[in-house]
Amino acid sequence: MGDYLKGIDIDWFRNRVSLGMLVAIVAFVVILARLFYLQIIEGETYRALSENNSIRLQTVDPPRGLIFDAHGKLLVDNRPAFDVTLTPKDARPVQAALERLSRYAPISFDALQLQMILRKGHPPFKPLVIKPDVDRNVLAAIEVSRFDLPGISIDVKTRRQYIHNRSAAHLLGYLGEVNLDDLKKAENTGLRTGDLIGKFGIEKACDTVLRGKRGGRQVQVNASGQVMRVIKQVDAVPGKNLFLTIHHRLQQLAEALLKDAAGAVVAMDPNNGHVLALASSPSFDPNAFVSGISREAWNALVSNPDHPMENKAIQGEYPPASTYKIITAIAGLEEGVIDENTTFFCPGYYRFGNRSYRCWKKGGHGHMNVVKALTQSCDVFFYQVGQRLGVDRLAKWAHRFGLGSPTGIDIENEAAGLIPTAAWKKRRYGIRWQKGETLSIAIGQGYDLVTPLQQAVMISAVANGGIRYKPLLIRSIQSADGKETADFKKNVVDRIRLRRRTLQIVRKALFNVVNTRKGTAWRSRVEGLDICGKTGTAQVVGRKEKGTEKAPGNRSKHLKDHAWFVAYAPAEDPRIAVAVLVEHGEHGSSAAAPIARELIRYYLKAGNGGPPPDPKYKTLRQRH
Amino acid sequence: MFDKRLVKNFNWALLGLTLLIGCCGLVVLYSSDRPGGADAVRTLFSKQLVWFGAGTLLMIGSFLFNYKQLDRWAHAIYALCILLLIGVFVLGKHAGGARRWIAVGPISIQPSEMTKIAVLIVLARYYSKVVSAEGLTFRNLIPPMLYTLVPFVLILKQPDLGTAMLILIIAGILTLFVKIKRRTLLGLLSFAALSTPLVWYFLKGYQKQRILTFLNPERDPLGTGYHIIQSKIAIGSGMMFGKGYLKGTQNALSFLPEQHTDFIFSVLAEEWGFVGTSIMVLLFFLLIIRGLQVAYGCRDPFGTILAVGLTAMLFSQVVINIAMVMGLMPVVGVPLPMISYGGSSMASVMVSLGLLMNISMRRFMVE
Repeated sequence: MGDYLKGIDIDWFRNRVSLGMLVAIVAFVVILARLFYLQIIEGETYRALSENNSIRLQTVDPPRGLIFDAHGKLLVDNRPAFDVTLTPKDARPVQAALERLSRYAPISFDALQLQMILRKGHPPFKPLVIKPDVDRNVLAAIEVSRFDLPGISIDVKTRRQYIHNRSAAHLLGYLGEVNLDDLKKAENTGLRTGDLIGKFGIEKACDTVLRGKRGGRQVQVNASGQVMRVIKQVDAVPGKNLFLTIHHRLQQLAEALLKDAAGAVVAMDPNNGHVLALASSPSFDPNAFVSGISREAWNALVSNPDHPMENKAIQGEYPPASTYKIITAIAGLEEGVIDENTTFFCPGYYRFGNRSYRCWKKGGHGHMNVVKALTQSCDVFFYQVGQRLGVDRLAKWAHRFGLGSPTGIDIENEAAGLIPTAAWKKRRYGIRWQKGETLSIAIGQGYDLVTPLQQAVMISAVANGGIRYKPLLIRSIQSADGKETADFKKNVVDRIRLRRRTLQIVRKALFNVVNTRKGTAWRSRVEGLDICGKTGTAQVVGRKEKGTEKAPGNRSKHLKDHAWFVAYAPAEDPRIAVAVLVEHGEHGSSAAAPIARELIRYYLKAGNGGPPPDPKYKTLRQRH
Repeated sequence: MFDKRLVKNFNWALLGLTLLIGCCGLVVLYSSDRPGGADAVRTLFSKQLVWFGAGTLLMIGSFLFNYKQLDRWAHAIYALCILLLIGVFVLGKHAGGARRWIAVGPISIQPSEMTKIAVLIVLARYYSKVVSAEGLTFRNLIPPMLYTLVPFVLILKQPDLGTAMLILIIAGILTLFVKIKRRTLLGLLSFAALSTPLVWYFLKGYQKQRILTFLNPERDPLGTGYHIIQSKIAIGSGMMFGKGYLKGTQNALSFLPEQHTDFIFSVLAEEWGFVGTSIMVLLFFLLIIRGLQVAYGCRDPFGTILAVGLTAMLFSQVVINIAMVMGLMPVVGVPLPMISYGGSSMASVMVSLGLLMNISMRRFMVE
């Protein structure tokens, strides 16, 4: 054989193939021996185990992490709930089992419906919930007659409980059944249909943290499905607890102050971006979602014209109106188009091109410098500042203060708002920017849109000298046993470079708004608190149309203007910043400023505000 | 043109065994394919029937040409498979967290199955040129390592641990078959022994956990551990004569995971008992012995080595699958040849058997 090289011939190969045969024989003998062992020697045992399908897997759901406020006050809890279940295989005949059950407890479940569920592929050895969340009387009745009710058992589950019902509902969110799209996501491996996951708010944003890890046990059951012994157990890993930055008392006060009005309140610590309160009104009760909300209740929520499901603090986009004059003033001073001595005359209108732009004060403000103009909210002064700046320089400063883009807060669905530039208009409408439009922009009307949260970030940056923080909602995350913690202190997005003089001028004006007789928020001053702020009245109907309309007081509610107030206090060493928006509240001074005043008053009162003590260790002691 | 000797030398026994095992497979699959109760449509069964028919055609196609041509095409076939494996990452279909399939018109193929044969062909070609009585040196082993590791890594990334390991195993068996120099073998073994602790040291915590669970399913009583217990109950409860065809309870109650693919042997064992399983095992044993006889009778190195490789592939799959469902081996997704549901697996097995017949019928042809 010419093919063979180096002493290799056919016999060499044949020897090695024979060796292979030997290996194959050994392997197959081992397999046969094992089969003989399993099927003949141990066969009896395995047959018995299979007869009753007696080795079953039971899952143990992990308790979901709890949510506390900044002071360690419990906001979201888990309460025990008792579900009555039926294991079809153990409860034969099913019809009779259901009849017996109805004799002991007021539970009626249609046997036909059960057949349907089984036909759809529900495994007969798997418990089926026939009555969720029964009260203790029913529980006792069933437990007592347990031996007369084969296949019926009580499943203890935990149910989410939002202790303060509607309070902070938008922030906390709610749970819902996992859907097919959720299941496709990588972070949701291990979940199954029927599991609850966070669908909104913090419950959604921190779902993987709160969720924990499912455990389970292999059990052996007897003929009537009762657990005889636990073969193996894997403990569930409880979800981690969250400590929020929210001061719940302040949050509740904000909600109480908003009352029935639609609107939002954001309170922040200007020194670190901690969100102290984030209220949106009207609200909803997340407890309604826990065991599945009814269609009617859902429709009522969705069709409500005040949109209770919307978190107006982060999703609501409103024209900033006169509060935006803070930005126009800073931009004017920083870009050098005005200084503290620049004065413009306000006759009550400003003529530009062939149009007359009005000031809100018909008779005019007379001679105005920047401090006076901010204090009295003179439109004519800021028309001229805006005209000198141009749209793009103004937009640059608004963007620096975080307006017109999401703040990056941890919860979803945050709106971006809008601060227009010439390029934006060209892109969006294909039309060149008109110089006259800059005038409306300069007083926060026109295309300008911001969210209450962005306003809180902006006024915080004014208060702290130009540091833009990412709003922080979660102070720390802690494992259920308290051993591991992760703390979140602060997160600086940007340090805005501002001249000291600019800050002094603007802060002085904001002080005057509240604390001088001519200021627009004079009525909301509090002796000794030194609140600084700026009012705003956002037009719902354009000013042009407005002239032809009825007097403001007679307009129907949904045409009334939105009221703004942004504030911080105390003037020196600010500790709280607040943004308040009341939809259709008409005047910032009358509808929004008093809310901010009460929040600040409460927070700065001795003992109420300030950085809270570390809550973690206290709460743990209470709970264990 | 057509040589009458080809018909005369045809390996009818191998063909008979193939068809017999294939039919047994269909019978068992018919029973396993009833997850939703008696009235569920047996879609898997009818699909598998089509796969079996198509597989038979592929098998015939695989013995019609002279296998010696494969020596020439080896690299082209190998390159095509590697390209397809890369293609899986670019345009592959996601299913169950893995990307293993490429859609070709209405059907989707699993390139990793074909790659197993491609690796065997390319290794057979290489080894037939370097084989020597004193054994291979370390230098001889570098090209086969590359041939093996490229597809191994690509398939591992899909991830398809079962097929990746299988490629490693059959390449290993083939290499041992052509003999390694004793010194080289000892060197390799001690290198492996020394590097294992080092690799272990560098693995992350969860990776260690995964390997430990893989080696010992009892560590995962809610997942694999539970599957193994249920599988053992199914097999054991078959006892001597089984519970009767279509009467398996473990299977019907969907206690068994993947009952129509990886765990199909448990269904067989439950319904047919020890009588059924030992006959099935015997049939596989005869098939393996027939395959080795093809290698024994072949007179050229390429054909012999290829026949050994193809037989080793079938052997490994049978042994790993059955040992796995009996709880003797870690659970890796390795299908049982011709019994487990799946078109790509059926195709690769039938092509392998066709190639064995090819080598067998041309054993007397010397160029």
